[in-house]
Amino acid sequence: MINLSRRRLIVSGLAATAGASGLAMAARLAQKYGLVPPDHGGIYGLGETLTYASQRLLTRHSLAREFPRNRISPRPFPNYLDPFTEDFKSLRAGGFADYRLSIDGMVHQPASFSIADLKSCPSRSHITELACEEGWSYIAEWIGVPLSHVLHLVGVHPQARYVVYVSMEPDTWDSIDMADALHPQTFLCYGMNGNDLPVAHGGPLRMRLPRQIGYKNIKFITHLTVTDNLKRFGKGLGSAAAEAGYAWYTGI
Amino acid sequence: MATLGSAQLPAETRIPSTVSTAPVTKLAPRHSALVRVTHWITTICFLALLLTGIEIVISHPRFYWGETGTVLTTPLFQLPIPSSRRSVPTGYGYVLPDQNGWSRALHFEAAWIAVLTGLLYVISGLLTRHFRKDLVPSKADLSWRALLTSFAKPLRFERPSAAEASSYNGLQRLTYLFVIFVLFPLVIWSGLAMSLAFASAFPWSVTLLGGRQSARTIHFFVSLALVLFLFVHVAMVCLAGFWSRTGAMITGRTATRKEHA
Repeated sequence: MINLSRRRLIVSGLAATAGASGLAMAARLAQKYGLVPPDHGGIYGLGETLTYASQRLLTRHSLAREFPRNRISPRPFPNYLDPFTEDFKSLRAGGFADYRLSIDGMVHQPASFSIADLKSCPSRSHITELACEEGWSYIAEWIGVPLSHVLHLVGVHPQARYVVYVSMEPDTWDSIDMADALHPQTFLCYGMNGNDLPVAHGGPLRMRLPRQIGYKNIKFITHLTVTDNLKRFGKGLGSAAAEAGYAWYTGI
Repeated sequence: MATLGSAQLPAETRIPSTVSTAPVTKLAPRHSALVRVTHWITTICFLALLLTGIEIVISHPRFYWGETGTVLTTPLFQLPIPSSRRSVPTGYGYVLPDQNGWSRALHFEAAWIAVLTGLLYVISGLLTRHFRKDLVPSKADLSWRALLTSFAKPLRFERPSAAEASSYNGLQRLTYLFVIFVLFPLVIWSGLAMSLAFASAFPWSVTLLGGRQSARTIHFFVSLALVLFLFVHVAMVCLAGFWSRTGAMITGRTATRKEHA
């Protein structure tokens, strides 16, 4: 109390004002440049936003580490799956010939692709690590068509900001921003280690994002929606995982 | 007027309380305000990181060395605890509830606050010469005899003297410097190396540690070292007098009342 001189009061008052307006300005800029994740609310919103914003600034174009072929894990671990739905079972019985991936939303030409259609697109592969939030990880070769190629085919509106992807598994959907959607390593993945993608690993089609944690790499995807606003999907948090308390952005 | 004024002066100097407290208030505090504030923010963050870290480990209490590792590969070691995932063979007949969602969120949020607080502490510590004045040991501090004495005294439950309580001995200085400049940077580095996006921008951060799973194992052991430091630190505080030491870290003042009573 004795030390609280007038000068000190004025200085700390000015500092507090500068800090508060600095924060407000930072929040405005972050919103403008797309540095705020859809699950930015609540007590963990500060951490989620700091992580997403800083990784967007640092890693927008960086490539996930790729490995030589001899480092592919001999036994990739397939995580537990929920029981298959009847729809999925009948598609599998037909060799997935009737499996379709449909794309709608902010695109010029909504479309639907069979696995054969996707395989006729330029095929790409990368040998990258799949890491689960629990801690385990393995390396595999992932084969697919870059999501950017398919988005190019259907023509994305310039104001599009996110791609929502939905699984055949009940209540399983997620979304990514355009930086990840257009990233060259983001695949609609139909192959693994030289073969078709096994059902245990999400076959016939899963999303593959080597710069994000396993649960973001959703299995059995059948539907994509391009959008500029995630508020209209579910509870507006950007993914089913976020609604269950798991982060939307999983670059960490 | 003149007589009144001259009569007041000696009266003022005779008030004993102002005289005796004056030197006390002029004394530099035991810990600066910045050290005190950053200490307690770090404490809260550390406890949050520890709790959530344990929750996350429970979902896969197996550790590996190198780049990869799953339940299908041989672990370096497995903690003998139950797991919150049925995919992990633990020998326990039950699976704990999944706490990873909020644990991961709080872990990263607390890490952010701890790192920003740590940066503030280190930068201001360099500017105010806090490290040089309070933590870098002198040559005399580093003699084997001095270090051994500082090590042996608390083992005999000897309380530090008043003089010893006003600054740190060589062993304490070395320990604090090791925690601040080795353990904390290492735990932050190994944590960041586990971020897939961070590793994509800075691949050397993983390769230098020997791979993703090595980074995770290092993160675990450095955390253990920090927990060990926490236990010893709190034990020392208790030995030196819990309330006076904790009070000094809150108010900045050491209890000097005894000398004035």
